[in-house]
Amino acid sequence: MSATTGETGETGETGETGVTAAPRRRPSLAGLRLLLSSPPSAAAAVVLVVVVLVALFDEQIAPAGANDVDVTQRLQAPGPGHWFGTDDLGRDVLSRVVLGAKVSLQVGAVAVGFSLVAGVLVGLFAGFYGRWVDTVLMRFMDVLFAFPAILLAIAVIAVLGPGTTNAMIAIGITYTPVFARVTRSAVLGVRETVYVRASRSTGASDLRLLFRHVLPNAAPPVIVQTSVSLAFAVLAEAALSFVGLGTQPPDPSWGRMLSEGRGYIDLAWWIAVFPGLAIVLLVLSFNLLGDGLRDVLDPQQRSALQAGKRTPGGRRGRRSR
Amino acid sequence: MSVLEVRDLRVELDTPRGTAHIVNGLDYTVDAGETVAIVGESGSGKSVSVMALLGLLPGHARVGGSARFEDRELVGASESELRTVRGNGIGMVFQDPMTSLNPVLTIGRQVSEGLLAHRLVPSKKAARERAADLLADVGLPDPRGVLDRYPHQLSGGMRQRVVIAIALAGNPRLLIADEATTALDVTVQAQILDLVARLQDEHGTGVVWITHDLGVVAGTADRVLVMYGGRCVEDGTVQEVFDAPAHPYTRGLLGSLPSLESPTEDLVAIPGTPPPPTDLPPGCVFHPRCPVRGDARCATEQPPLVPVGSSGTHRAATFYGLEER
Amino acid sequence: MTGFALRRTLQALVVLVGVSVVAFALVHLVPGDPVRLALGTRFDQATYDALRERAGLDQPLLTQFFTWFGGAVTGDLGVSFRSGDPVTLLILERLPATASLAVASIVVALLIAVPLGTASALRPRSVVDGAGTVLSQIGISVPEFWMGIMLILVFAGTLGWFPAGGYVPLSEDPVGWLRSLVLPAVTTGLVSGSVLTRFTRSSVLEALSAEHVRTARAKGLGARAVLNWHVLRNALLPLVTVTGVQLAYLLSGVVVVEIVFAWPGLGQLALQSVQARDYPVLQGAVLLFALVFLVLNLVVDLLYSKLDPRISA
Repeated sequence: MSATTGETGETGETGETGVTAAPRRRPSLAGLRLLLSSPPSAAAAVVLVVVVLVALFDEQIAPAGANDVDVTQRLQAPGPGHWFGTDDLGRDVLSRVVLGAKVSLQVGAVAVGFSLVAGVLVGLFAGFYGRWVDTVLMRFMDVLFAFPAILLAIAVIAVLGPGTTNAMIAIGITYTPVFARVTRSAVLGVRETVYVRASRSTGASDLRLLFRHVLPNAAPPVIVQTSVSLAFAVLAEAALSFVGLGTQPPDPSWGRMLSEGRGYIDLAWWIAVFPGLAIVLLVLSFNLLGDGLRDVLDPQQRSALQAGKRTPGGRRGRRSR
Repeated sequence: MSVLEVRDLRVELDTPRGTAHIVNGLDYTVDAGETVAIVGESGSGKSVSVMALLGLLPGHARVGGSARFEDRELVGASESELRTVRGNGIGMVFQDPMTSLNPVLTIGRQVSEGLLAHRLVPSKKAARERAADLLADVGLPDPRGVLDRYPHQLSGGMRQRVVIAIALAGNPRLLIADEATTALDVTVQAQILDLVARLQDEHGTGVVWITHDLGVVAGTADRVLVMYGGRCVEDGTVQEVFDAPAHPYTRGLLGSLPSLESPTEDLVAIPGTPPPPTDLPPGCVFHPRCPVRGDARCATEQPPLVPVGSSGTHRAATFYGLEER
Repeated sequence: MTGFALRRTLQALVVLVGVSVVAFALVHLVPGDPVRLALGTRFDQATYDALRERAGLDQPLLTQFFTWFGGAVTGDLGVSFRSGDPVTLLILERLPATASLAVASIVVALLIAVPLGTASALRPRSVVDGAGTVLSQIGISVPEFWMGIMLILVFAGTLGWFPAGGYVPLSEDPVGWLRSLVLPAVTTGLVSGSVLTRFTRSSVLEALSAEHVRTARAKGLGARAVLNWHVLRNALLPLVTVTGVQLAYLLSGVVVVEIVFAWPGLGQLALQSVQARDYPVLQGAVLLFALVFLVLNLVVDLLYSKLDPRISA
């Protein structure tokens, strides 16, 4: 479990956390095998690998360009030549879905990378130093958390202006509090352990302690949260693009295609259906992988969530005297 | 007169690791006013054997044999028949009073529920009155005040008294106590044992006391049944079994009985652990852990439960010493 | 109990002040002159000056904040840069539509979640459980707006049972109100319902395995009494909390669903104000959403402590 530490600081490739998270160490290899032995996780991993490959080789895969307008081919139903049909400008829907994968993955990965780094740092310092540092940082996180996610993202974009980059920042800010909370509670769990106190008394510097000894303990819940947040981020990007605040034309984006296809829903259902299915598939995979990761990395998290509501006393041992 | 007559009781459960043979042919009788203790390590099937009587096992458990409560057959009885027996003819007390009461309902509600379900009282008001009487009966101070309290507001001993009050609500002829004092500390444990003995005297209730604590057996039981691997390996009066244990397993248990002079931590005198019910050994179930293994048949044949001595009440299932009997 | 309530309320107030600062900062973080941005290239100087003065933009920043905050506390959120109408009025006009949608959605969500989650938990690994697990997993992965479009395609387009969009006020036509509400409420309700189904299932499963359930059965209670009083009552208590939090999250989904169904609510207002660069309106809408979120969470926490006897101790 502890071997997965190194992931926390990275931003770029978080999209494949579950697949590539295992650095060359045995415990995590075993964990990876365990993860992939569950059919839903394995299926999710396969889908994610395929989506990443599609995004990497989109130009080669897509039968046509994203903006190859052909008015003679307007609103063609799915069939040979245009497997997903064409839109109101005669553009090939399949090509646009393929070319839209990159945007979804990029925005998801960068936004979650942002939340991850910012949230983990906030959670680490808040949990480790406690007192006023904790109060100030976490109350600020509460403030961000109090806005409905999409609305906060919309408000941030209102300030920064629409566009893909700003959507990444907006989504990143929105999901920072979740990472801060998850990290903080993990840090609180180990802060008072003998080991950390012992290291402290031997004069290890705070920073060294934080990153060498405290952070590894926060890794499992953070990794689980990363996968789940990727799902949310992909949804959020689609929503922002849908309302016209995310990815701008001419770049293809699934959310945008949905809003363009909406007007033709009676005439040409395929324009809105296929990009929607693509979103569902990607988000579902991140969610399934998150569930699988939770089972492997953090089995007690579920029960701990529920146990918190139960009687404080709990069971006593079976010993008679 | 016997209240409960158990004959060849068997319980099987299908698990991912194969069929678990948890109880494998159990015979015993409980008379009115009598206390029968069932003793064994955890995993010996003792709890399951009594849960099976009331149909409290998960739906996929298979129960076989016979268990007659008064004139009613419990094995194979329908859920609605069993319901009329539960909490009415047979009361049950569980191990851990911390968890055996519902944390979000008042004590009053939990005691009167059973009374109302069996229509033992005409109204909710009468149920409340009766509940207060029951709580007084089990020695709770301020029974009326306790009615409106929640379990977490009571101590462990008080909670176990409440659980006993619930078990007694239907004037049961049989009380089953499943490790009822295990989770309590020693003084409270003694109080609870006294309480059950007193109630038993007053009402002539038969008691089945499931425990792994031989001190409890010596203090309360008339007869004792030693269980191992889902079987009875020895039974008899407490005096017979404690004074002249015939089975190596019983001897092991008694050898590890903690005394006041030299308290030992746990029952560790017999090395090893009981076999998993999915993988019982051939021959005598105790054979792999047995310090004697004095007979060629031990590894291949299950020894029958046969009389020891001349009393007719003492029996053991072992080849060891069989010839001298 | 009172100590807990007091502490919790104070904490919510602190966060609320923080929320106000963020909402206030929105207008002032915009690069350039917000009034000029809002009015576009063609405007007359008099309107411009009036708006700037009305918004108090010539005052020092701190003064501006306290003026705005003081106004907000008394219900005055300033005026729209576009129409000159009071923001509070604009918000109040939109409130019934959004409130109808949010409440109807949570009702739909609970109508799905409680029966399905309970049925799944009572028969683990059965067909119902399998279907429930798959559907709820898909439910949380579907974008609300796409779900909305699909429902319109089927139920408004092909079948023609419900209108494809638009809001009918309750006071005008109760039947029309209900018909207009069905599709948007089902859209958001399905997503929240999926989350709540998963929660209900695990909560009921845990309650079922609790030892007090065995005590209840050993008393001779009927299956229904055991289920209602000793399983569901315990399992659904935490559902109160989660439902409250879901209602708050639901507001997030509502923003986009309102666009899909041309629903004249607060989400639509917020989005229109972004497109129109009408910052005071956006500010007001954002503040109100956050306020509702905080109040809901507070109420849920206080309610839970009332419902669960263990907490008030």
